Amino acid sequence: MIALAQPSTGQESPAGTALLHLEHITKQFGGVKALDDVRFEIRRGEVLCLAGENGCGKSTLIKIISGVHQPEKGATMLFEGRSIEGLNPSTARQLGIQVIWQDLALFPEMSVAENISFESNLGTRPRLVNYAAMKVQAERILERLGVRLDLDALLRTLPIAQRQVVAIARALIGEATLVFMDEPTASLSQAETDALLVIVRRLSAEGIAVVFVSHRLAEVLDVCSRVTVIRDGRYVGTFPTQGMTQTRLTELMTGKTFDYAVQQRDLAGAPVILSVKNLSRAPNYADISFTIRRGEIVGLTGRLGSGRTELALSLFGMSRPTGGEITLEGRSAHFKSNREAIRAGVAYVSEDRLQLGLVQPQSIADNTVMAVLDDLIGPDRLISMTRRNTLVDDWIRDLAVKIGHPENAVSTLSGGNQQRVVLAKWLATNPKLLILDSPTVGVDVGARAGIFAIVHRLAEAGMAILLISDEIPEVYFNADRILHMRDGRIVGSYVPGETEIDAIEEAVHA
Amino acid sequence: MHRLGIGNTERWLILVILAMSAALGVLTSTFLTLPNLFDLLNASAVDIIFGVGLLVVLIAGGIDISFTVAASVVQYLTALTLGLFGGGDWALGLILAGIFGTLLGCLNAFFIYQFRIVSIVVTIATYNLFFGLLMFFSGGVSIYDLPDWLTTRVVIFGTETAAGHAELTVIVLVMAVCVVATWLLLRRTSTGRQLYAMGDNPEGARRVGINIGAMHYLAFGWLGLMAGIAGLMQAHYAQEIVPNALYGRELNVLAAVVLGGARLGGGRGTILGVFLGIILVAMTQNGLNLLGVSPYAFKMIIGAIILVAITLSSEGVGRLMGSWRRPAERRTA
Repeated sequence: MIALAQPSTGQESPAGTALLHLEHITKQFGGVKALDDVRFEIRRGEVLCLAGENGCGKSTLIKIISGVHQPEKGATMLFEGRSIEGLNPSTARQLGIQVIWQDLALFPEMSVAENISFESNLGTRPRLVNYAAMKVQAERILERLGVRLDLDALLRTLPIAQRQVVAIARALIGEATLVFMDEPTASLSQAETDALLVIVRRLSAEGIAVVFVSHRLAEVLDVCSRVTVIRDGRYVGTFPTQGMTQTRLTELMTGKTFDYAVQQRDLAGAPVILSVKNLSRAPNYADISFTIRRGEIVGLTGRLGSGRTELALSLFGMSRPTGGEITLEGRSAHFKSNREAIRAGVAYVSEDRLQLGLVQPQSIADNTVMAVLDDLIGPDRLISMTRRNTLVDDWIRDLAVKIGHPENAVSTLSGGNQQRVVLAKWLATNPKLLILDSPTVGVDVGARAGIFAIVHRLAEAGMAILLISDEIPEVYFNADRILHMRDGRIVGSYVPGETEIDAIEEAVHA
Repeated sequence: MHRLGIGNTERWLILVILAMSAALGVLTSTFLTLPNLFDLLNASAVDIIFGVGLLVVLIAGGIDISFTVAASVVQYLTALTLGLFGGGDWALGLILAGIFGTLLGCLNAFFIYQFRIVSIVVTIATYNLFFGLLMFFSGGVSIYDLPDWLTTRVVIFGTETAAGHAELTVIVLVMAVCVVATWLLLRRTSTGRQLYAMGDNPEGARRVGINIGAMHYLAFGWLGLMAGIAGLMQAHYAQEIVPNALYGRELNVLAAVVLGGARLGGGRGTILGVFLGIILVAMTQNGLNLLGVSPYAFKMIIGAIILVAITLSSEGVGRLMGSWRRPAERRTA
């Protein structure tokens, strides 16, 4: 634990000038206090970050401000100085409080224009739909945001970044005064994130207050003027972002100190596990060469669409390279399917663990053993429950997954713990090469550190690890070597400590 | 094109229908005559009324297979009630059939919404319930003693052609009214757009404040209304009420509606697609008949056509081509 600095709460702004001022917000669900005496304040046109780990009460606070939940007695809620007790979703919308949920809640089969102007379809009394007016309205909003979109295109044909823009446009269709963005950049590339931040600044310039909820601390510090931190349902403080560092913010969010140090290990003598020579697959990547030694962690970074995931899929036997060589422990490794790859000792933890990595409704135990079912077959040719349970218990203890019972559904776990179950699933296959594709997307800071601690332990034990991530600090502080991919080629190779992190950031995001 | 509701599926169906008409026109002397085409329309009208009703439920994200037996129940209830009123007339008949049908549809909505039961399970149950009750209380006996107004053919347009007398009956007029009304509901009213939204993204619909319960009653009630009207029209067409006359027809209608581009997951589907899907199936049957093909082969051929058409619909082709080109891609162990 570290001693927390005095937060600069409230002093800089008397309650009278705040757009929204909340005090003594407590919310109880059953016996659990989700929020305990929290305060929150935002000014007109301000971009504020709401930071905290998963489950700290951020969502509950957003739901209280948008009228979905009511706080317990004793709360003060002022909107432009006037009390707004008994807020419900429709009065919140009348005040111009809008929430853009992480899953966007849009309608994929409808046109862009109708999605943006859907509000005019609401209400219980049937009215005639005026598509022309909808289009005009949508056009005007997009112009305000400085974005061009095909208004007649069906939403499902749009990439995720453009859907995000549609969601923002929809929130602004009424007279918005305060917009919440819940993890708006979770699935965006750096360039798309930058474009989004431009829009956020534009809203701020128009006098609209924006509350940004994000796990990506770098962009939080970049776009927000202040950051309000909540930990375990309690108010930690509100701090100016000027002079704030990522490390400091992480400490505030988790209440723990993290030791960030560059890896410095000499692995020159270790045997090569994976060797890739001139590997190509049009149009995804071309002429890729690198090696990973026993116990080495190689970071692979680059923007979304740089070909890094496609390369990983080829190493895992899920797509076939058109040229070049892959050798695993000296043997040629051209897998026809990922089943062959798994047998040869390659494990791949996918980027989208919620969809591809886990069977959500199944139990933690079943998910853990999913990739090794064949090894569990007992003498009677049926799956041995004893072997299964031993294996599951071992891994759960090993990875410190916080679970109620191994037979609970995976969907009941938090993001960080789900990621550990995915890891357990693949580690059960005893891989020689472990490919981790963006292992911390949607995982909060505290849990990230836990995941990387496991990764380092695995490397120490001799596993070769390919760590794919577009967050430079993540690869910088965890990998022995960093490869930078752009447009399907490796354009840079760095050793952390020898090259400054800023230089790599610049090279990748330039 | 998109504005008119002519998407890929519809364009594809129009092409097939035109090609088939041309072929049948060459192969038979009777297909492309006004009397035959009018008969085709008279005979398909009941299915189209069912189809547009079912479309509303599919778009809202549900499914219903009880609507045809519900229509049979409505036929019996309407005939018995009309008897109490001393025969009644068209207006009373339509009102009664509409009310009974809507009530049966709302019964489905009640179970699906209030108890959060999957719609296919509820409607399989009500399908059996409705049909069982009908057979039990009717004893399987048909009603031939119908009011005169119901059994007298009402011609709304008739003309003499070289190929004989061609006429459109009141069923086509009623069908047209149902089609226009459903189109207005789905495309032009805010409520209809909420139905689309609910089928498209139920959670999103809830978050923007759509009344999910009301939408369920509207969708299933609307299908009930259409089924009630279709039942009355079928009784008029057949000039009798037979308890199992419509039994089994729900799957044909469902297949034709899906053929027309409606998605079983909700949120997608057009009135034009329903119309074209049903016409295509009816035309195939009519054509095979004219060609002298054994009626026993009809079901087989229609089944095959539906399979091929659904596979070849735009997305199906893409997927097929894609999996030919890259067989091993992205298949997880």
